[in-house]
Formats: sequence, C-alpha cells, structure tokens
Amino acid sequence: MSKQRPVTFNHNPLLKRELPAWRPRFVLLALLGCSLALVGRAAYLQGINNAFLQAKGESRYARVIEVPATRGRITDRNGDMLAVSTPVRSVWAIPADAKLEPADARRLAALLEMNVAELNDRLSSGRDFVYLKRQLSPDLAERIAALKLPGIHQQQEYRRYYPGGEVTAHMLGFTGVEDKGQEGIELAYEKILAGAPGSRRVIKDRRGQIVEDVESIRPPREGEDVVLSMDGKIQYLAYTALRDAMQEHKAKAGAAVVLDARTGEVLALANAPTYNPNNRSNLTGAQLRNRAFTDAFEPGSVMKPFIVGMALERGKVKPTTVVDTAPGRMTIGTATISDSHRMGALTVAEVIQKSSNIGTVKIALQFTPDEMWHLFEQLGFGAPLNLGFPGETGGRVRPAKTWRPIEQATMSYGHGISMSLIQIARAYMVFARDGELIPLSLTKLDGLPSNGRRVFSPQTVKEMRAMLETVTEAGGTATRANVAGYRVGGKTGTALKIEGGVYTKKYVASFVGFAPASNPRLVVAVMIDEPTAGGYYAGTVAGPVFSRIMEGSLRTLGIAPDKPLAPLQLARKPGEATPATQARENM
Amino acid sequence: MTESRFHPLGLLRAFLRPIDPQLMLILGALLGYAYFLMISASPDRLEAQTINTVVALAAMWVAATISSQRMLSLALPLYIVGVVLLVAVELFGEVSKGAQRWLHVGVTRIQPSELMKIAMPLMLAWYFQQREGQIGFRDFIVAGLLLVVPVGLILIQPDLGTSLLVTTAGFYVIFFAGLSWKLIVPVALVGIIGIGSIIAFGDTLCQPGVDWYGLREYQKHRVCTLLDPTQDPLGKGFHIIQSTIAIGSGGVLGKGWMAGTQTHLAFLPERHTDFIFAVLAEELGLAGAIVLLIIYVLLLARGFQISVNAPTLASKLLGGAITMIFFTYAFVNMGMVSGILPVVGVPLPFVSYGGTALVTLCLGVGILMSIQRSRLSSPK
Repeated sequence: MSKQRPVTFNHNPLLKRELPAWRPRFVLLALLGCSLALVGRAAYLQGINNAFLQAKGESRYARVIEVPATRGRITDRNGDMLAVSTPVRSVWAIPADAKLEPADARRLAALLEMNVAELNDRLSSGRDFVYLKRQLSPDLAERIAALKLPGIHQQQEYRRYYPGGEVTAHMLGFTGVEDKGQEGIELAYEKILAGAPGSRRVIKDRRGQIVEDVESIRPPREGEDVVLSMDGKIQYLAYTALRDAMQEHKAKAGAAVVLDARTGEVLALANAPTYNPNNRSNLTGAQLRNRAFTDAFEPGSVMKPFIVGMALERGKVKPTTVVDTAPGRMTIGTATISDSHRMGALTVAEVIQKSSNIGTVKIALQFTPDEMWHLFEQLGFGAPLNLGFPGETGGRVRPAKTWRPIEQATMSYGHGISMSLIQIARAYMVFARDGELIPLSLTKLDGLPSNGRRVFSPQTVKEMRAMLETVTEAGGTATRANVAGYRVGGKTGTALKIEGGVYTKKYVASFVGFAPASNPRLVVAVMIDEPTAGGYYAGTVAGPVFSRIMEGSLRTLGIAPDKPLAPLQLARKPGEATPATQARENM
Repeated sequence: MTESRFHPLGLLRAFLRPIDPQLMLILGALLGYAYFLMISASPDRLEAQTINTVVALAAMWVAATISSQRMLSLALPLYIVGVVLLVAVELFGEVSKGAQRWLHVGVTRIQPSELMKIAMPLMLAWYFQQREGQIGFRDFIVAGLLLVVPVGLILIQPDLGTSLLVTTAGFYVIFFAGLSWKLIVPVALVGIIGIGSIIAFGDTLCQPGVDWYGLREYQKHRVCTLLDPTQDPLGKGFHIIQSTIAIGSGGVLGKGWMAGTQTHLAFLPERHTDFIFAVLAEELGLAGAIVLLIIYVLLLARGFQISVNAPTLASKLLGGAITMIFFTYAFVNMGMVSGILPVVGVPLPFVSYGGTALVTLCLGVGILMSIQRSRLSSPK
C-alpha cells in the first residue's frame, strides 16, 4: 500500500468538491482561536485581575491568631496554691475532612470515652467545625494525635484546677470552659487574672495547621497572680466546723466567715452546701450560692448590741441601768412582744447577756426612727459591700419615714430588717476595734487600713465588749461559744424565718463574736439555716461552731490566750493542748 | 549484518531507529518540565511517576517499531476488544466515586475507555482506508455509528471527559476524511446555540430541581459551577476558585518554584493530576505557562508535519487525529483549570501525574513515529 502514490487531502475527491483550501485553514484557525482564548484568559488572570486574586490567595493563608495569656494563679495569704491553670487540649474536627474508617472511629471514640454513634453524630453535623471533646489531659491528647486521623485536630487550652476542692469553692468560684471567671474571685478579679491575649501573624494551610510563624504583632500580657486574704488553715477549719454542724443539726444551709479585726481581711469564707469546682457536672443552684454574700436574712438578737451601744454612746443608759422586763410581754399598738421567758428587772448588761427583747425594745424606743436608721446606715446595713462577688446583697432597711413604732421595736432585735452574714460580721468590727468600721478585703493587704469610720467611742466599745463577754460566760445565752484560754465576746441570734410575708416555725440560728476580748484580733460569724435536729437556739446550734472556728483560728495564728485557765484546758482537750501551749510560748 | 550484531553502537542504532529525534526531543522537554513541576507539586509521587514514564516510553517504542500497515491491521480487533471490554465494564465493572469505569483483570485494574482513545481513530482511519477513492455519504453514516457505540457506552459509566475525548478523536478522523460542511455547520450551530443559551439562562437553568435531560446531576453542577463558581465556594466551585486564585496570584513571573502558596498550603486540589497547570501558573507565572504552550505548539507542528507527509490516507488521518487529540487534551485541561471550560477530568497531556493517560499519549507519539518511519521506508 505504501508503494502506491499517497492520496493527500487535496487529492481527496470529497475535498475537491468542497472548498479544499478551507479545511486545513479552518483547522488552523480553530487552533489559533483556542490558543488565543487560553492566552487571553491567562493574561486576564495573571495580568489584569492579578492584584485581586493575589489578595484572595493571601487571605486564604495569612491569619492573625490569638496567643492566649496564661491565667494568673490564686494563692492564699501564705502562698499556698488555690487555683492553678494546667495545660489541656481540646479535640475538634472538620467533619468534611474527617472520613473515618469504622475501626478508626471505634478507637477514637474509646479514647474520647464516647460511644461511636455519638461520635458519628457529631461528625455528620454538617458544620465546618465541631468540638469532639474539650479539656483532655495532654497524654490522652497525644494518644489521639498518634492515631493520625484526617480532619481531627487539637488545640491547646488551659484548665483551671482547684487543689482545695470544695473547701475553697465559694471563695474562689471557677472559670468556664473558655477560661473566663464565672463565680467568686475568678469573676471578681477576672481582669487581673486573665491578662490580655497577644496576637501573631501566621501562615496556615487548608487543614488549619500553622506552617509558618511570620511575626508577633503583640505579645500577650500574662495574667497576674492574686494573693487572697484567706488563710488556708482557717478556711479548712471553718469549712469542716460548718460541715459537721450541718450534719449534726440536719440544717438546710449555713455559712461562716472569719475576719481579721485589725485589717479587715477576710480570712475564711465557707458556705454549705458546697460543691467541687473541679467536677461541676451535677451542680445545683443551692450548692452554688455564696450565702454569706448573697443571702439576706433577719439577723435576730445579734442586732441588740448595736442598739445598746448607741444608748451608751448617747448617755441614755449605763451598763448598770436597770430595765424592767416584767411580765415578759409588752404591747405596742396592736402587737405583742415577748421574751422567751420571764426575766424581771435586768441591768442593761443582763439585757444583752440574756438577750431580752423587751429590754432592748425599751432602750430602742428612746430613739427616733431617724436616729436608728442613721445607726444602721453607719454600720453598713442596706448597702452591699461591693467586693466584686456576683449577686452580693445589701439586705433591706426600709426608710425611717415609713417605720411604725412596732417596726422600730422589732428592728431593735433584728426582725423587719435583713442583711447578709458578711454585713453583720463587718458591723461587729466596731466592737472588735474600738468603735471603728473599716472596709473588708478579699486580698492580702500590705499594711493596716487607714480609712476607718467611727461609729462608737472607745469607751462605749469597752463597756460593750464587757457585756458581750458575759454572753459566753455562765448565765449567758451562749456558754457553748466559749473558747478555752481566751476571753470571747459575742451575741446569739435566733430568728424566725419569713416565708411569703408570714413568719414560720423555721429558724435561722446565728452567732457573731470576737476574741481575744482583751484585744480582739478576729471576728467570726456563723449562720445555720433551718436546723432541724439537736436544738434550734443559736447558743446550741451556732455557738459551738463559732467556738470551734474561733479556737482553731486563734491557735493557727498563734495569738496569746488572755484567760489563764491552763489546767482546765488540758482536762478538756488533751490532744490539742500541746500546740496551743507551744503557740503561747512562741508569742 | 554480522558486524553490527556484536557492535554495541550498532545495537544502539537499531534501538534508536524507530525513534523520531524531533518528536523525542519535544517529548523529552515536556516530560522534563513535568518532572520539574512534580517536584514542587507532589514530591512523594516522583518515584511512581518515574515508573509511569518508563512504561509509557516503552509503549511508545513498541508502537514506533510496528509499521503503520501492521498497526492498521490491528485496528478492527482492537476496536472490537475495546467495545467488548466496555460492555464488560457496564456489566461487571468496579464502582469508584460514583462511576463505573474500572475493570479488574487479575492483579491490576484497567480503564477500557482509555484504550478507545487510540482504538477509535485507528479504527476509523482503517475504515476510510478500506473505502479510499469511493468515500461517500454512506461511509460517514457508518463512521458515525462506529463512533457512537463506544462513546455511548462510556457516557453511561458515566465519564463525560473521556467520552468527549473519544468523540473528538473520532471526529477528527471523520473531519479530515472530508465530512461535508453541510453536516458540520448545522451541528456546530446547534452546539453554539445550546452553549449560548446555557450561559444566557444560566441563572434559571441552574436552579436546583431543574432537570437537564440527558445529563447527570453532577454534570449539570459542573457546568453551573463554571458559570458562577462562587455559588458553591466550598463544594463544587472549590476547585475552580482555588485554581483561578493560584493562576492569578502567580502574575507574570510567578511566585517562584516551590513557593506557590495555593499549592504548598494544600488549598489547590488535585494539584499533581488535573490541576497541575495551576501549580505551573502560580509558581512560574505567565512566562512558565507560555513556555509550556510553546512546547505544545512544537509538538503539534511536528505532528501535523508528519501527518501531511504521511504516505497513505489512513496514516494521514490517524496522524492528524492523534495530533488533534494532543491539542484537545491540552486545550480542555488548561481551559478547565483557568475557568473557561467545565471541569471534566482531562489531564494535562504528558505533564499530569497518572500512568494510564501517559501510556495512551506516548502510544500516540509512538504511532506518529511509526507513520514518520513508514514514510522514510517507502520509496519516493
């Protein structure tokens, strides 16, 4: 075949018939046209639209990422760690990329402690980004990374850990999953603790992996540490004493605070019920309440010393002035006030010691409502302390103009007025520190506070302290609030609770006091809500808790006893006598 | 004879005889360029690509040693085997990514539609050779039937890209054989009107729920995506958007070899196969793309030169068709990567990673060499 003369296009009979020159030319033209289209498109993309597309490309890989600041630590006043951030990792996925073999999915699910169905559910959610599990321990995260699964990524995060657990729960609060403070100190000092995140410019590939670190735009400002006024040992004491009392009296709730009378520092703050901040999965609202700050209650008789104090201050009475409380009943308008039992004629000191309502009312009614209201205002009732805790209450003090005589009367013994435990504890500072009221502090202070506000004169306070001491002595309402070796002053409060505007048969038992009475260092306030077993009187319910906290705190701080009763002490608690004796010797 | 048997240089000469030096040089340039790009696009595939290249060159050598007459005598059996295999694929083929294209043969799997890219023009060239001197209108009907049967089988796999390539391969033969303009012009008009109306009424036609008669849903998506890739930037439009950005951000001189951000940050999909042109354009810019175009133009020029000078009508038709196939591959691929044609899965000839396409294309080069050699060996 190759031997015959080849037939070219032009010899083709068909081509001869139909415009033979056109066909190859047409082919050439078509080729040329197509090539021009390509070159034109390339020139358009690379020459004319170039800048736009370059920017588009850059926006795909150049990212500014946030560099998280490490959250500051929280320590107690002695430097013991109360809240620390530990590195953890969160596992997330791009569902579109995460096409897992069944075996891989099973292995991943096992490491994440979820079931396979749940995992597949998340991976088929149709979103671009899903968290699979947050806050995994680094070694578990390593094992997941070692699976090298497509579309499964990790990010570094910090998890807050609270070594004190439920002991310090309400004081510290906690952070949320985004590492932001949500309660307590964590919220109140969020700005200081959190610091400020920095930013870096990086190059990321399509899978979101950082392939190059270009530059630092702004370095992160690390969170600062916060040193609390809290003393870990005293906090533990307060917590255990409260917890035990809750069990003993089958109470609904309770709270206890310990204040340093010289500085206004809060040394301990315990609430019950409490929770474990490291495991908040089954948290209830009741557990979360920082009752000492958020719950206002009618304080009852713990109010009485303020009224008596004002009467002393204004020269209306002396401690020895006799007030007749017989017959144990008193009618004001249509209402009747009564004492728990008939007491007859009492001195002012005995009114406090035995907690006579009628005696207090008779003293109180010597003042105008305005004078009493002014006293309450000076003592800080009716206004929150604003220490930064969420939901702080200021209690309720109605304007003096609206007071009827019966209301003025009941307020003198702590009904018809409400406040939080921390407010009462703070108000008792006036008895503990020669008549001055100072602001409280949740953080450790360097020196002594200077901005005190005088409520009573030192002379009044001296007389009041003597009266309050008798409360814990024989014949007082709270002999069980006594502390061996120390002179203790304080006042009980047993108040009926109001529910829906009506007084019920439920009680709030409280005790607020200070020690050593000769030169007070500590103020301790205890509140037990609805005790249902083992009595309800404050002297039997709150008194022993106070005693236990106060005794332990005094010894922890190594404060010298001011009541020489060593033999008795040995007889009562031989196990604890030795450290106390040592502490005294160390002073 | 005897002296060259033991002469190493003689052996080498015998080995090199079927090789056309000009074609080989152009092919070498293309493969070298491809290798250079592959280092950047997908370095871990270099070894596999080397093996592919060796196999493809061997296939080329074998094709080049077979005389064009002998090759044409293989046309009918090859065509029949191809059609039978396509039927077998339809019956027993393996389904992968929603299409039934592969057939398991012992240890490996083959894609019979690929064979058709060579068998089709071979078959048609052989047919027109048989009818030489008396080609009439009826012959074009027969040729059309020969073309439609395998194309139809490939379409139902479904594989739009390959069926288009096989159609064009066959069409070039028919066209060069002298298909009447009276037939070409109406078909071209229908095509132009069809494409024009799709572009004009794209918004309406691309609404979900609108059924395009005769096309699969994914094929409709490809066309719609081409019209407006931003409609579905994370799904169907992703390829085109990323490759357009890659090409455009390359600029005139490119970002530099190994420095393409779209490529190296894994934004560009299929960067070692169908979208390697985008890697080229991003890293080496317009300049690099034009270098590639020049090499292709040289390849086409040499191919047409060989075809025009071919001794027989069949080899002329075959050579012209193969050359046009090279062009079609290149044009369709670059067109789809730069966003003027729909994404149909056509590799960049001789450059994209992938053994099957490379072997097919090198077989084509081998056939061109064989045609060239038959001209040399035939008396003037």
